Amino acid sequence: MGLTELFGAVFNLDHVGRYIHWGFIQLSVSNAIVIGLMIAIFIAALFLPFPGRRSRREGK
Amino acid sequence: MTTEIDRQWTTRLRKRVVETLPPDKLLPDTQPAYVASWIYVFGVTTLAALAIVILTGCVLAMKGPLWWHLSGTGHFVNSLHLWSVEIFFFAMVIHLWGKFFMAAWRGGRQLTWITGVVLFLTSVGAGFTGYVSQTNYDSQWISTQAKDGINATGGGAFFNVLNLGQMLMWHIVLLPLAAVALTAVHVIYVRIKGVVPPFEEGK
Amino acid sequence: MAKKSFNPDIDAPEYKGKYSPYDIIKEGTIAVVVVALLTVVLAVLFSSPDEKAVTIKSWSNATPMDFAATAMTELDGSSGTATYGPPYNNAATGQQVGPLTLAKWMGINVNVNTANDFVVAPLSTLADQPALTSALTTFTSASSSQRANWEANYSKGLSSGSFSNGVLQVAAANAGPLPVMLGALTAMARSGALDQALVTQKGFYTTDYTKPLLFMADGSFLANKAQVQHLSGDQWGMMNETGSYPGQAWLWLYTMWYQVPPFSTSWGANADALVWAFMMLLTLLLALTPWIPGLRSIPRKVKVYRLIWREHYKNM
Repeated sequence: MGLTELFGAVFNLDHVGRYIHWGFIQLSVSNAIVIGLMIAIFIAALFLPFPGRRSRREGK
Repeated sequence: MTTEIDRQWTTRLRKRVVETLPPDKLLPDTQPAYVASWIYVFGVTTLAALAIVILTGCVLAMKGPLWWHLSGTGHFVNSLHLWSVEIFFFAMVIHLWGKFFMAAWRGGRQLTWITGVVLFLTSVGAGFTGYVSQTNYDSQWISTQAKDGINATGGGAFFNVLNLGQMLMWHIVLLPLAAVALTAVHVIYVRIKGVVPPFEEGK
Repeated sequence: MAKKSFNPDIDAPEYKGKYSPYDIIKEGTIAVVVVALLTVVLAVLFSSPDEKAVTIKSWSNATPMDFAATAMTELDGSSGTATYGPPYNNAATGQQVGPLTLAKWMGINVNVNTANDFVVAPLSTLADQPALTSALTTFTSASSSQRANWEANYSKGLSSGSFSNGVLQVAAANAGPLPVMLGALTAMARSGALDQALVTQKGFYTTDYTKPLLFMADGSFLANKAQVQHLSGDQWGMMNETGSYPGQAWLWLYTMWYQVPPFSTSWGANADALVWAFMMLLTLLLALTPWIPGLRSIPRKVKVYRLIWREHYKNM
């Protein structure tokens, strides 16, 4: 199998994107996903418990 | 009594450095127990992403700026470079949000904050010069558009975004050097000052 | 000496609590491995865009009338580049922020004379074309009012002209040498020779594409492609990428101002300079947050920190 086939994308994004129109805002679906993920991961990072509580309690 | 050796620049610099950042502060084996949240991983993630960006950039540099248009492997390395840049900005912005909500400038850490902001700007510049170095339609569009913003401030007199050679050299030499130097300063400040303590409750 | 009072937004309490084990090298290694793997996964899943570059050749073959019309504006000095001002020429003052004419102060460091650089000089490189050589001599030795007259007549004809059989079909009386010149320039463009001529004016090697890019940007081809891909300034284009790829989300605030009044309306002529100035101000505010009362109190007031340090507060 040639390297070009091996390295071709699984999801072909080479088509004109879809856009969200909201008031004066125009946001591409891809950018919206990235921004949404950032906010989601930020919130998750704040709420998810962080491992190692016992070692911190026993620390010097 | 100070000897001649004590007065040497080398001796004085070494003593100053070791005093400010002794080995066990540079590479600590403990950290305050309050550093216990997933929000703290985004700084090192940004750093790791920067390393991958530079590594993939070096591979692209090995074969020159047109390689990725002509080779499947080259295109894949370009994809690695693009996605590591996306991860880099992703992590950096979340890191910024976290540091803001922790008011991480407190306790004499203002320079850590400022170097962080300058790093963000440097990164935007590095990303921009990268986009106009792609040698494809995107570069053509971005450069012919961006020229108006830069010309409007007078910057166009010496920073010509339509000059591929100039943009490429800013992208692969000047801005990476600035980014790495600033990152080193930023991280060293964190090691010197330690991670900012929590707000005191009840105050 | 009076003890300085503690400001919770500026000062940090001294930490006298517990420390826990921390493996910094291991943390760094894990981060690099995770990011590397994630990068590979994303590259395999989505690849990266590579929309082929436009050339003067592809532009003039696809839309020869748009090319000819643009070339005409370069010759008569009415194109975007010809009327730009600094750093290309002094046809205008350039944008300003209030009374500050920053572009003008920095000067004309990227000299572009569109009539000469985009039309006359490239045509002069064509060998063995006596009709063209004669037309160029006629043009360059004519007075500026004579040239303006020919240009006006030819422009009028061009607006109702067409392209067929590989030739511009333009009915224009009293256009002097212009039909020969523009005809030859269009043929030169369609052959690819103009792409070369525009970059080799200073010698064999070049990495500077200022001239062909300015020429193309003065036409509609580049912009029409951009409009389809949502890359135009009034489409939040700065944030977007070709195709369906994620773009530069971090530029959201910079591009946002272009979409709203007064930047998009009454301040439009200086929009670039004013948006830059405004963004520099906001960036300064961000950098100087530690010293800005009110702004620096937001973290303490909003209390997101209670989530971050909840284990610490529980143990206290």
